[in-house]
Amino acid sequence: MNNFIPFFVIIPLGAAFLISLVGKLSRRLADFLATSGGFGLLALSFFTLWILNSRAGVVLVYKVGGWVPPIGICMAVDNLSSLMLSTVNTVSFLVLLYSLSYMEKYTDKWKFYTLFMLMLAGMNGIMVTGDLFNLFVFLEIASISSYALVAFGTEAEELEASFKYAVMGSLASSFVLLGIALLYSYTSTLNMADIGRTLAAHPAGLLLNFVAVLFLAGFGLKAALVPFHAWLPDAHPSAPAPISAMLSGVFIKVLGVYALSRVFFNILGVSQGVLFILLILGTVSMVAGAFLAIGQSDIKRMFAYSSVSQIGYIILAFGIGSPLAIFGGLFHLINHAFFKSLLFLNSGAIEYSAESRDLKKLGGLKEGMPFTAATGIVGSLAISGLPPLGGFFSKLIIILAAVQAGYLWLGLAAALVSILTLAYYLKFIGFAFLGKLPEGLAKIKEVPLAMRLAMLILAVACLASGLLVAPLFKSLLQSASDCLLLGTGYAERVFSAIR
Amino acid sequence: MKETRQGMTIIVKTITRLTVGLIFLYGIYIVLHGHLTPGGGFAGGVIMALAFIHLMIAFGKETALKKLSQAKAAFLENLGALMFLSVAALGFSGGYFFYNFIKKGMPFHLLSAGIIPLCNIAICLKVGAGLFSIFVTLLILNNTGRKK
Repeated sequence: MNNFIPFFVIIPLGAAFLISLVGKLSRRLADFLATSGGFGLLALSFFTLWILNSRAGVVLVYKVGGWVPPIGICMAVDNLSSLMLSTVNTVSFLVLLYSLSYMEKYTDKWKFYTLFMLMLAGMNGIMVTGDLFNLFVFLEIASISSYALVAFGTEAEELEASFKYAVMGSLASSFVLLGIALLYSYTSTLNMADIGRTLAAHPAGLLLNFVAVLFLAGFGLKAALVPFHAWLPDAHPSAPAPISAMLSGVFIKVLGVYALSRVFFNILGVSQGVLFILLILGTVSMVAGAFLAIGQSDIKRMFAYSSVSQIGYIILAFGIGSPLAIFGGLFHLINHAFFKSLLFLNSGAIEYSAESRDLKKLGGLKEGMPFTAATGIVGSLAISGLPPLGGFFSKLIIILAAVQAGYLWLGLAAALVSILTLAYYLKFIGFAFLGKLPEGLAKIKEVPLAMRLAMLILAVACLASGLLVAPLFKSLLQSASDCLLLGTGYAERVFSAIR
Repeated sequence: MKETRQGMTIIVKTITRLTVGLIFLYGIYIVLHGHLTPGGGFAGGVIMALAFIHLMIAFGKETALKKLSQAKAAFLENLGALMFLSVAALGFSGGYFFYNFIKKGMPFHLLSAGIIPLCNIAICLKVGAGLFSIFVTLLILNNTGRKK
């Protein structure tokens, strides 16, 4: 009955290689294969969400090849993964819709789709897998295709950014691999639940601390937390806009935040020390990202620094570690996926029509591009946390949780950074959409329909995501955060699902 | 393999002409015996790609690309990946993704181990064609760099 789980990997992989095989023949065929693949994944992820929502506290375990874990590889989907899967596949489907028009200006659109689908296969794989080494393999699939996607324009600047990203990303992967190797040497198993069980029975002491540091550095690099963030402001703006939206919107969350929280909360078990480090890293990222974003005049670079800052909020919430904080962190993660991908799509639309993304050269775009301006303003206000948009509630919950846990200063810092966020997004709105249209842009036109549709749906999602705290939908977030709060009880849950 | 001005000396070319077929054959052997002896799809694929790379080094780019063009290599690579995925998906006929749905046969016989030989062949296509493509790409990029 769990037969649908492997399709999260089968669909994007199959689509990727089919597109690569037949995409050269016809552009329309490549478009069709990619969009239908994306739609299939979207439907599948909501189906999973629906199944799991009716049965809280259940893990769906799939035995790959019929082998019983921990000997065989298993896939395990719980409420947290299903919520993340739905978010990722919603964003990726809309981004695919947007790319239909946007990627026309590039040659070899089918190569873009192939790489996109491979990246999606990697991300979905990370979320469905129950095996630590499988997680690493999917992490690499997603990372390597993203290196290629960052360099997709093949201009000197893009290649440089991609190279920098590849070096930092490989370093992160090596840390993760070393951590997995050390864990394997201690526990003699790679199954995540089994590792959790073995570690609970035989505490590893110092080795565990070393492994924790390796994972923290590895996944921290992927999540672009502040001491490890240097690659992100180069890599994310260099990619084509749909890919920037994917990278900032969902990629760093799956490879960074999801993997980090799954490994720490459910396998290694969180100690006060780890939570404290997360708290510090989160706060530093939140504050530094916001200050760095203010000075930028390149739209996409500003958004990239803003991603660092918002990831800081999420990690800060996880570092507080109370049920309310984790609830708020996950809520902010989903909100950020929607509004950051919307904003990057907006920046792409501006670049598409105005052929510039320098705020100093833009202005008055609400005249020629009313649609982009409206959605851009919704996205900006949502990320700045204006009530009643989604971002307001998630930030409020994080701040409340910080105060409740006794971190009064952190709550204050989070509130102040929120004001800074509003400041630089007002700068974006003011310089891009308001004011006078420059001479050269007098004849500017609105973007094509597919791009507008994708932005519209994301803007509606930004408006509606506040509803996730409404009683009707609250159980989705609640059961997802319960998965993390369960801690090392994850192992018991997986093994009871196998029996 | 006609004599061309490109490539290396006559000694290297003669030796290559004699060995290249054997190397390729050895690759096929490694792939087909992947489930019995050390090696398998990856190792065999690399050896088969090396046969073409050997040809390219000794006789020049054109000779090797005439045997296996980039488009053909890309096709084979995708075919390998799709074949692997299809074999895995056909496991659903036995109830599970990646289920070994073919009869296992006698251990240590050539036709045994169910889907493993098929997977090896798919991996060999993917890895061999992929490695060859990477080599060709690096070679082409290197040449364009030098012209500037």
